[in-house]
Amino acid sequence: MTVMKPMRRILLGALLAFFFKPLAALAASWNKDAFGAKNAADVLKGLGASGAAPSKDVVIEAPQIAENGAVVPIEIVSNVPGTTSIVVLIEKNPFPLAGVFEFMDGALPFVRLNVKMGETSDVRVIAEAGGRRYTATKEIKVTIGGCGG
Amino acid sequence: MAAGPMKMRATLGAGYTDVRVLMTHPMETGQRKDSDGKLIPLHFIQQVTVKLNGRTVVEGQISQGISRNPVFSFRIKGGAKGDRIEVSWLDNNGETNKTEAAVA
Repeated sequence: MTVMKPMRRILLGALLAFFFKPLAALAASWNKDAFGAKNAADVLKGLGASGAAPSKDVVIEAPQIAENGAVVPIEIVSNVPGTTSIVVLIEKNPFPLAGVFEFMDGALPFVRLNVKMGETSDVRVIAEAGGRRYTATKEIKVTIGGCGG
Repeated sequence: MAAGPMKMRATLGAGYTDVRVLMTHPMETGQRKDSDGKLIPLHFIQQVTVKLNGRTVVEGQISQGISRNPVFSFRIKGGAKGDRIEVSWLDNNGETNKTEAAVA
């Protein structure tokens, strides 16, 4: 018996892994509609994430002026309790949706990333918590060629 | 430029584990032209996954709007020295890469 039990557990684990892997892969599939959208409204439609309420608990840390639009660092924290996902849009980019991040199992609703910006634009972040959506925006000015201004 | 190696550092912060990862990838937007005036095809990472001791904790979908050679930071509540962090990515051509590190 003592030998059988771990063996059984391994088999069960393998079986579960086999059944759950395709499901997990499906859930994480890249959202073509939202990423292919060319304006913020269509992105939100593609994500099913319209109707977010403005919130001060969604915090965007970024430079006011980015000299190099190719690498603009943005740090995002959601202080809304129970946040499970964060969406980042650069509203005036040709394809505004930059990323969708889902947090589970102990991950904090925090992400720091570098984005490309074609021109001065609002950055919009939407955090989802308990089926509700909260949003914040921040304008980042892009000085093309880094000549200041 | 082709996709290449990754670098990662996972350190203990105040009540959380800080994961900082760099991916070598061109993140081509499909809108740039080469020296012959031909469009360089779209080539970018679409998915980023962070695992802690084998459990998925962050699942990210990203676009070509992320800068070349993407750098991300994530935070995981708690954590202990020696915890295993794994970060992997998958791009639109089906290429993939991953890296693993112990929390220091």
